[in-house]
Amino acid sequence: MLILTCPCCGVTGEETEFHQGGEAHLKRFGPGASDDEFHTYMFAKENPKGVHFERWRHNNGCGKWFHAARDTVTLEVYGTYPAQTLEPPKEIRDAITAKRPGWTWREFA
Amino acid sequence: MSEAVTPLNGARFEGLATIEDAGLTGMITLRGDLASKEVKDAVQKAVGLDIPAQRQAVSGQGSAVLWMSPDELLLICAYDSVSQTIATLEEALKGQHFLAVNVSDARTYLHLSGAGARETLAKLCPVDLSEAAFTPGMFRRTRMAQVPAAFWLDEAGTFHLICFRSVADYAFNLLKTAALPGGEVEIYG
Ligand SMILES: [Zn+2]
Repeated sequence: MLILTCPCCGVTGEETEFHQGGEAHLKRFGPGASDDEFHTYMFAKENPKGVHFERWRHNNGCGKWFHAARDTVTLEVYGTYPAQTLEPPKEIRDAITAKRPGWTWREFA
Repeated sequence: MSEAVTPLNGARFEGLATIEDAGLTGMITLRGDLASKEVKDAVQKAVGLDIPAQRQAVSGQGSAVLWMSPDELLLICAYDSVSQTIATLEEALKGQHFLAVNVSDARTYLHLSGAGARETLAKLCPVDLSEAAFTPGMFRRTRMAQVPAAFWLDEAGTFHLICFRSVADYAFNLLKTAALPGGEVEIYG
C-alpha cells in the first residue's frame, strides 16, 4: 500500500484514493513523427526495479493530476510534485539520492 | 414542472449512528480563481460567506461553501434559491473566467450524527476520523467503499455527506450496514 500526498489539495491518503496514470515525463510523438518514434512513445515504457516516476490522479479527492517518485521494490514514496513540470525537481532527486545513491531513470540521475 | 424528490426520498436509519436524507438541497459548483477578489466578492454576494481555506468548509444558516479543489467550490443553499444564486454569481463574475452550474439534482446529501458517527464513517473511508485529527469545519473528499464521497463536520458533530445521485442507495446501505448495532468497534472510545 502506498501513502501519497497530493500536492494540489495537500491530502495525505492511501493508494485507493488515487489512480495511477502511467509513466511520468513522456515526450509525446504525434502527427509528423516517424513510425519508430511513435512506437517508442506508445509502447516502450520503463519498468524498473527500484526508482520510478509516475503520473497519479487524485481521482477520489480533488481530481487533479500530479507526479510521484517512488520505489517499486520498497514501495517508499520519495515525494510528489506538480504535474506542470518537465523533470523531477531537485529536492525530489536529492531525496532519492539519499536512499539510492547512483540511481538513474531515463535521462535523469 | 415535475415535483423534485431526493434520490433517497426521506430515508432514515437509527443504529450506532443516525443516517438521514438531508432533503432537497441546493448545490452549485463554482469554478474559477479562488484567490481573486472577484470570486470572493461573488461568493459573498451569492451566499453571504467567505471562501474557505484549503480542505475547509464555512457554513451559515442553511448555506455553506466547501473547498473542493484549488479551483473549485461547492456552494450549498436552499433548493429553491439556486437559480437566483447562480444569477447573482453570473452577474458578479461577468467577464471573468468561471463556471457556475446547478448540480443539486446530481447529488445525494446525507446527515450522519450520533455517538457512533465517526466510527461509522471510518469503517468506510481511509481517513483518520478521530476527534484529534478531524475537527469541525474540516472538509474531505475521499473514497467511501467503492464510490467517491465528500463530507464536512459541523460544530454540533454532524457529518454532512455528499455522493453522486446514481449511488445514493448504495451509499445509504453502506452507512446503514456500518451502523448496525452489534458492529461496534469503539476505536474512538
Ligand atoms: Zn488532491
